[in-house]
Amino acid sequence: MRKILVVAEMGRAGPDDSAFELAAAARAAGKALGEHRVAAAVFGRGVAEAARGLAPWFDDVFVFDDPQLEIPDGEAWRALLALLIARERPLLTLIAHSNHGMDYAPALAGQAGTPLVCDCVALEVRDGRLFAVRSVYGGKLNARVSVALGDAGCMATLRPGAFPAAPAPQGAGAAIHAEAVPAALTPRRRCLGTVAPEPGAVDITQSAVLVAVGRGIEEEENLGIIHSLAEALRADVACSRPVVDKKWLPRSRQVGTSGVTVKPKVYLAIGISGSFQHMGGVKGGPFIAAINKDPAAPIFSVADVGIVGDLFELVPLLEEKVRELKG
Amino acid sequence: MEIIVCVKRVPDVAEVEVEVDRSGRALERQDLAYGINEWDNFAIEAAVSLVEAHGGRSTAVTVGGPEDEEVLRRALAMGVNEALHLCDPAFAGADAHGVALLLQRAIAARPFDLVLTGAISSDQRNGQVGGMLAALLGIPQVALATELKVENGRAVVRHEVEGGLERVVELDLPALVSVQTGINEPRYVSVRGIRKVADQAIPVLDAASLGLDAAQAQALLAQVRIEELFLPQRGKGAEMLEGSDEEKVLKLIERLRERGGL
Ligand SMILES: Cc1cc2nc3c(=O)[nH]c(=O)nc-3n(C[C@H](O)[C@H](O)[C@H](O)COP(=O)(O)OP(=O)(O)OC[C@H]3O[C@@H](n4cnc5c(N)ncnc54)[C@H](O)[C@@H]3O)c2cc1C
Ligand SMILES: Nc1ncnc2c1ncn2[C@@H]1O[C@H](COP(=O)(O)O)[C@@H](O)[C@H]1O
Repeated sequence: MRKILVVAEMGRAGPDDSAFELAAAARAAGKALGEHRVAAAVFGRGVAEAARGLAPWFDDVFVFDDPQLEIPDGEAWRALLALLIARERPLLTLIAHSNHGMDYAPALAGQAGTPLVCDCVALEVRDGRLFAVRSVYGGKLNARVSVALGDAGCMATLRPGAFPAAPAPQGAGAAIHAEAVPAALTPRRRCLGTVAPEPGAVDITQSAVLVAVGRGIEEEENLGIIHSLAEALRADVACSRPVVDKKWLPRSRQVGTSGVTVKPKVYLAIGISGSFQHMGGVKGGPFIAAINKDPAAPIFSVADVGIVGDLFELVPLLEEKVRELKG
Repeated sequence: MEIIVCVKRVPDVAEVEVEVDRSGRALERQDLAYGINEWDNFAIEAAVSLVEAHGGRSTAVTVGGPEDEEVLRRALAMGVNEALHLCDPAFAGADAHGVALLLQRAIAARPFDLVLTGAISSDQRNGQVGGMLAALLGIPQVALATELKVENGRAVVRHEVEGGLERVVELDLPALVSVQTGINEPRYVSVRGIRKVADQAIPVLDAASLGLDAAQAQALLAQVRIEELFLPQRGKGAEMLEGSDEEKVLKLIERLRERGGL
């Protein structure tokens, strides 16, 4: 029988949201395959309960529960998944396009000899091929790509949040399989520890209004206009990654999938293109306003209001008008 | 220490209106400016500064057409010692796996301790070539590196994981590390610097020299097919505020006020 394998990531309290998104995507893809089974693979230490929590969504759950897996390490997951895939021979393997997924999925596909399509936002199985939509060229274009679902199977990583989760299907209720974990899983890559980000002077996760600045600011000296605007708005300053890479602002101000997750009421994005990795850190459905000189900037498809124009003109003007208004 | 650094030339699409060409499957390339993939710039800096600190040699490699030689020159100008250009019409349309396969064939034939790639290329955004290449070379790897040190035959790498956390791993060499932006401060490349390396020979490797039959290369290198490129649906899209700068700003203030931003 055709099999689809979902690799479930764990959050702090049980399966990550992405596990349920992948489950739904797997069921939808499976419809085109006729009779099939959807399985999950779960890794960690003491994950038996989390595995039971996933059971209603799957037909099989393969549980790798071992002290070696306490910290999710990409090379350890790759080693175990390579074994599991060789045994189960899934037609399709779905992985979250998280930082962790980016660490092991390509090497896994390379090792297993299967094609891989990364960062998919839509998926469809048709005519013996996997069709996927992915975002290219800085989010300005989408590509529809396809790959044959051959004997070796195929892998895809799915963008978190792009596939809605669905209620548990009728009739599923997985068989749970305890899997053996060999000793010395990844002798050539060893984990030495985890580093938490240094807390910043201002905790932007608590801010109600954020003025976020991106690469459009061009020079460190120009940041002054952003700070003044924020002050006028009684807002805090946040930023996108390039501003932190240049060390113009500390990492604690970086919003995004590898930075901080914020949940303000209002988010003002200035000179930010609106990449998925940046917007992935903006949660809670704030009112988003964007200032960008490029009318085709992807930020305008996620913002509520937008102004096309030069930030060096607009930001000082905005500050002036705000101050006038506040008297 | 022998370091290989993989680099790619990409179009700069920020602030330009992109168009799909007549095939419907590729970008209309006229009028676009090209440059080095942002992430690869950091990878080159890492390679050059490691060789400065530990001695040895760094080599930049690209898979691309004749015009892509420009990024190899740039890498040389930044201080990379040698360059290799994998170039053959048969490589056109290679997907991430295909690129990894070509790189593997070129790299496996030489001595190496460390292979560096960017985390992702800004045009195709696969984030895939590095990990695949490591698997094909049979060496350990780590993605999204934000710090990289080499000591006693090992690489100690800090890399990004979920929730703003970073993890430190130790890899036996040879290993592959894909680097994130911000890992270092890439040095400046002057026009003079580029001119200085203008005459340095860059060996070109074609399909035959990589042991590939050009006639069969396509099937091997291009498994993932691009069916079409299209403009993303804009969703509901933002309400675009119009008028003079002053009018736009006043309208924005009005909206911010309604939403509690003032
Ligand atoms: C694994 C991974 C994790 C990442 N994590 C993060 C993350 O946590 N946070 C993050 O932000 N990014 C992250 N990134 C990077 C992300 O992909 C983008 O590269 C980044 O967000 C781009 O930042 P930007 O929008 O400021 O710059 P750009 O994309 O360069 O956009 C700059 C914008 O400014 C506009 N502009 C320029 N001049 C002006 C002007 N005078 N007036 C008005 N507008 C102007 C331009 O039109 C452009 O739209 C990550 C990437 C990867 C691969
Ligand atoms: N054509 C290429 N030639 C050499 N290296 C490449 C090429 N394409 C991708 N890479 C390397 O792989 C990294 C990730 O690219 P990608 O998987 O395309 O997102 C890049 O940062 C480069 O280091």
